[in-house]
Amino acid sequence: MLRFLIAVIRRDILLAARRRGDWLTAQFFFVMVTSLFPLGIGPEPAMLRTIGPGVVWVAALLACLLSLGRLYADDHRDGSLEQLLLAPYSNALLALGKAIAHWIINGIPLLLIAPVLGIQFGLPADALVVLVLSLAIGTPVLSLLGGIGAALTLGLRGGGVLITLLILPLYVPVLIFGAGAVDGTLSGTGAEAHLSLLGAVLVMALLVAPWISALALRVSVE
Amino acid sequence: MNAFPVLSAEGLACERSEHTLFHGLGFELDGGEALLVRGGNGRGKTSLLRILCGLSQPAAGAVHWRGEPLARVHEQYGREMAYVGHVNGIKDDLTPLENLRLAADLGGRTLDEDAAVAALEQLGLGRCLDLPARVLSFGQRRRVALAGLVTAGALLWILDEPLTGLDVHGVALVEGLIRDHVLAGGMVIMTTHQPLSLDGLTPKSVSVGE
Repeated sequence: MLRFLIAVIRRDILLAARRRGDWLTAQFFFVMVTSLFPLGIGPEPAMLRTIGPGVVWVAALLACLLSLGRLYADDHRDGSLEQLLLAPYSNALLALGKAIAHWIINGIPLLLIAPVLGIQFGLPADALVVLVLSLAIGTPVLSLLGGIGAALTLGLRGGGVLITLLILPLYVPVLIFGAGAVDGTLSGTGAEAHLSLLGAVLVMALLVAPWISALALRVSVE
Repeated sequence: MNAFPVLSAEGLACERSEHTLFHGLGFELDGGEALLVRGGNGRGKTSLLRILCGLSQPAAGAVHWRGEPLARVHEQYGREMAYVGHVNGIKDDLTPLENLRLAADLGGRTLDEDAAVAALEQLGLGRCLDLPARVLSFGQRRRVALAGLVTAGALLWILDEPLTGLDVHGVALVEGLIRDHVLAGGMVIMTTHQPLSLDGLTPKSVSVGE
């Protein structure tokens, strides 16, 4: 079982490495959007510090959505998704592997860039730490829930727009707790409560999302 | 062995947008037998093969593998069945060699490089081992997918139009593969619009959408 999980993850990372252009698009999008805000709003430190956590989180969320469209679509087009579904392992394991690979490919780079972008908004060091921590717990949830949307909209025309409409409402709690954790640090009320809730959401998503994605995949390929 | 045929289908029906493609279709298949699915375009051949793979659910009827319904033996069936659909299921960014090894990895098998190279050479792809599949021709990509059959070590092959896009030499090669597999006790279910010559071997046949 673990072997299959690792095989799926390695496969997706290998494929992403062969198509670096596609992979970099979402990262560039993240950097561009967050960099445009200070330019558009003006260099007032107090204002930037207030909006900073929210802006970084919203941009991370949109960057994630941007890359989700291709999570299953490429494999569906060339028929390799059918082969993956027929593999002698549970389809939920496949969905879990795909979500983990998506997080490694698209989530971890966001974590690494986020502190640099946080500096643009004048966030202090402790808030930067919490920002990275909240993204570290929150972005896997984005990948897991996004997998459901990607599986449901597979093969539909206009799937990209539909995935946004389906998944964004599910992302709202992640956004609130994630940005709230950083805000809490800034205002001195602490981040633990928000981070714990975010952790709880992650556990829930880990338990439920792969099964739902697997069901959705089976319906979509039929 | 037991009394069950290895693969059996009873009363299969398939509906597409309230239109019945076929109904009451059944057959039994044992080791060492081949089944040719006949029928015109759009009559449901591919739908039948997808049902037999377990990718789609029939509107009625059931498919049994060694006496168990397919849904209950998903993992065992995954090891014993190999499917080549009308899209090849190979990744364009990887080389044929990487494609084969990846497929083996995902199937929980170990495939050493020599065996993979041998399979590709058997299919006449010895010169394109290190090229990304994207630059190969349609027929060559088809051959990569078929080379996957050789390395899969599966008992049952389900092939959807395996001869499409192959040249004369390729067709003979694949016919040889199918014959050898069946003579060695394997099972093949396939569709084709081309005349198939498996000398010394008469496949069973089933027609859809009459």
